[in-house]
Amino acid sequence: MRTKHQPVYLERRTYRQRRLRDAARLLPILGVLLFIVPLLWTRDATGAASTGYGFAYIFAVWAGLIVVAGWLSHRLDAPEEGAQGSEPRS
Amino acid sequence: MISFNVLVVVCLLYVAMLFLVAFAAEKRAERGEVGWLRSPLIYTLSLSIYCTAWTFYGAVGYAVRSGLEFVTIYLGPTLVMIGWWWVVRKLVRIGRSQRITSIADLISSRYGKSNFLGVIVTLLAVIGTTPYIALQLQSVTLSFSVFADESAPWDFSNLNNTALVVAAGLTIFTILFGTRKLDANERHHGVVTAIAVEAVVKLVALLAVGVFVVWGVAGGAGDIMTRIEASDIATWNLAGGRWASLIFLSAAAFICLPRMFQVMVVENADERHVALASWAFPLYLLLMSLFVIPIAVVGLDVLPGENPDLYVLTVPLSLGQNGLAMLSFLGGFSSATSMVIVAAIALSTMVSNHIVMPIWLNSRTGGASMSGDVRHVVLLSRRISIAGVLLLGYLYFRFSGGSGALAAIGLISFAGVAQVLPALLGGIFWRGATRIGAALGLIFGFTVWAYTLFLPSFGDTFLMSAAMVEHGPFGIDWLRPRALFGIAGLDPVVHAVFWSMVLNTGAFLLGSLMSFPQPLERLQGAQFVNVFEHSHNAPGWSQGAAEAEDLLIMSQRILGPEQAQALFQRAAAGQGKQGYYPDTTPDFIETLERELAGSVGAATSHAMVGQIVGGSFVSVEDLMAVADETAQIMEYSSQLEAKSEELSRTAGQLRDANEKLTALSVQKDAFLSQISHELRTPMTSIRAFSEILMDGPMSKDEQDRFSRIIHDETIRLTRLLDDLLDLSVLENGQVSLNWDDSNLHDVLERSVASTSTMETDRTLVIIRDVAQEYLPLVTDSDRLAQVFINLIVNARKYCDAAEPSLTIAVGRRGAAVTVDFVDNGSGIPRSSQSVIFEKFSRLTDKSQAGGAGLGLAICREIMDKLGGSITYLPGQSGAAFRVTLPLVDARARAAE
Repeated sequence: MRTKHQPVYLERRTYRQRRLRDAARLLPILGVLLFIVPLLWTRDATGAASTGYGFAYIFAVWAGLIVVAGWLSHRLDAPEEGAQGSEPRS
Repeated sequence: MISFNVLVVVCLLYVAMLFLVAFAAEKRAERGEVGWLRSPLIYTLSLSIYCTAWTFYGAVGYAVRSGLEFVTIYLGPTLVMIGWWWVVRKLVRIGRSQRITSIADLISSRYGKSNFLGVIVTLLAVIGTTPYIALQLQSVTLSFSVFADESAPWDFSNLNNTALVVAAGLTIFTILFGTRKLDANERHHGVVTAIAVEAVVKLVALLAVGVFVVWGVAGGAGDIMTRIEASDIATWNLAGGRWASLIFLSAAAFICLPRMFQVMVVENADERHVALASWAFPLYLLLMSLFVIPIAVVGLDVLPGENPDLYVLTVPLSLGQNGLAMLSFLGGFSSATSMVIVAAIALSTMVSNHIVMPIWLNSRTGGASMSGDVRHVVLLSRRISIAGVLLLGYLYFRFSGGSGALAAIGLISFAGVAQVLPALLGGIFWRGATRIGAALGLIFGFTVWAYTLFLPSFGDTFLMSAAMVEHGPFGIDWLRPRALFGIAGLDPVVHAVFWSMVLNTGAFLLGSLMSFPQPLERLQGAQFVNVFEHSHNAPGWSQGAAEAEDLLIMSQRILGPEQAQALFQRAAAGQGKQGYYPDTTPDFIETLERELAGSVGAATSHAMVGQIVGGSFVSVEDLMAVADETAQIMEYSSQLEAKSEELSRTAGQLRDANEKLTALSVQKDAFLSQISHELRTPMTSIRAFSEILMDGPMSKDEQDRFSRIIHDETIRLTRLLDDLLDLSVLENGQVSLNWDDSNLHDVLERSVASTSTMETDRTLVIIRDVAQEYLPLVTDSDRLAQVFINLIVNARKYCDAAEPSLTIAVGRRGAAVTVDFVDNGSGIPRSSQSVIFEKFSRLTDKSQAGGAGLGLAICREIMDKLGGSITYLPGQSGAAFRVTLPLVDARARAAE
């Protein structure tokens, strides 16, 4: 069943898992910061920024967050699915 | 232009298709083939009811009015979903482990199952959602009216008719699929599947319109960017307060909206679905809002001056794209209907559970004792509630006259339901949150929201006059609804959100800090806040495999991995399956329970299996049985412990005995060699001198001298043999003691007298305290005198002081008498103190008296027989011996 070095591998994987959870917790805070950034932009004389530029920025940040969230959720979900294979958890 | 009749036919076909999808899904679920019905994709798509007709039509209008600000409505939910590890995951777990049926149920359950809170949240939800339902009806009727032309058979100048028809249709659908059966876990497969289909339709529709606008009307992405820069909304008037507070508001509403809670928590089939939704739902939102700005810009170009809320529909229509317009219409229709259906289900559950049922149960004297009856009543009350909610929506639509921009109503609704947020987050993260705090927070927040945002939104009515809005009630300036506490100049929504959330949270925190929770509140608080510690194996994590897995994990702990795996593999093979996970059939559960019972007892096994398979309920009887068995096991184990202690004691005794035997054997050898030596010395001299006597004539003197030596040696030999005999008799216990009454003084007197007759060149002074010696004894006085004589003689022989003296002191120690013999010699060295009572242990070889070293050994044996003891007393001026005698009758003890 289990060879001798696997526990070490599992330990490390558990550690990775925890840091991934930390990352998952931090991601929305990063998102808030990035979405608040437009408030700091320099405005023109009338106090307005460019819609086109804002449009590009917001959607780029949005897409970036989705990609990172997708990667994180995949990594967070993967081990549990792996454990459902032929080898049962003990 | 599409004829109105075609539109109606397509619309009816679409609705029929939805009915079929819902029906098929229900049938599938009934057969137990949930399969893809419970897939994470369906879950993600069902979340899309966040995007209502307000989104579908209203976002473009919002963009036309406020530019990029519309996107805040989607950024909030995006942040909540990518932060699923914080809130959504916990809510889902709590919802599953506590079997939560609605957001009102969650709040009520968290705060000690308080129905009062349930009622407050229900009312808040109904009041907050009704305008929203009206909004959906309005958007559907508006979209109908776009297609209405002269050929319409109905009078579409009166939108009310359309709204009524739509409301009735929705009521029928919701009742049919939302209240088919009273499911314990409140899942509606039919409805969720239909919503998922609608989610796809509205996304495809909006994307199609977007693609058409960007690549059909405009010349691609680059052209669109230049059009944006050239349009009316080219400049982004970023209002910081609104931007931030709308992101917050949409995030709060995403969690608190009753319909969102319904699909996100109640309808959730598997916690892991949230992982996929965490990025897939933000992606859905991104796609839904990607083309909003382009459509708005192109709409402003093509149809300036028209209602921008309908650009999604009117732009393709005006450009002759009838098919696209039809698709767009169906998208809007889907958005509206899916929202209304889920909202109606969620609200009806709340109304029925927290308002109707408590009243009904109270009104009946019999109580809820008849269970079949109650199920029927619950279903009926839900159906009536659904109809009631939709009727309310219709009435609101009717009397508000379809006024106001869509977005404004949406935001008011959002701000209303967001008032639940402090009580919700406080409830799942802070154990100190109490019922009173939650109630105060909800009431404060709700009141402030109604006063600053909801009531003024009706305009000049009897509820709140325009003058009151302008100058405050009774002219009190600082109570102006749009400028509370004199802080004017804020955007109304920002103002309302700020004050309602601040006062709500403040009241919640203060109330919680000042009040004391009831026991049930504290229990529920701990269960909610620490839900991940309390529910490691969330029941029904995903039926089948996960249950079998949980069972296997548990069995491995009890049976050991190999045996458990073999058992599961056998069971799986018996069901014709590969691997370790058999279906959790009743047969298998029974077998497993029996197997486990062999290790942990029947009651424990039943309770443990029951926890995984049959929900989290353990009966009191189960627990008591477990306690009984545990007590038995503990008793058994303590018995074992006692036995093992006894065994180890016996083993210790045996070891001691063995050591003693070995020592005795050594002693015996030493004794034999010693005695041979002792016997041989006198025998040698006797033989030698008798040979001299036999050899021939000698003088009379010589003859006398030799005969005397032979005589002395014979006496010495006799004494030695006497001592040996004495010791042997004593050691074998064959000695017969003459117990009689005597006095210690007499015995001592006799002993001293008998030793004083011995002729010796040394005089020993004996010091005694005669007054202490008059103690009655029951003992063998001859034997005791023998001991005393031996001690006195020893002192006489071995005391090496210039003027030897012996002190005989008598003392009493409890029930014993001590007689100490202390001389003033140099005493016995420490290293020898332990051997002086052994046989033949003469310390020096200056045995002029011819002692064989048996005296003290004999003394010890005698004292032993008399029930006393003789010990060496260290630390005195010289050699000191203590004889201890029992005061009481020692015969009985000695006889044992």
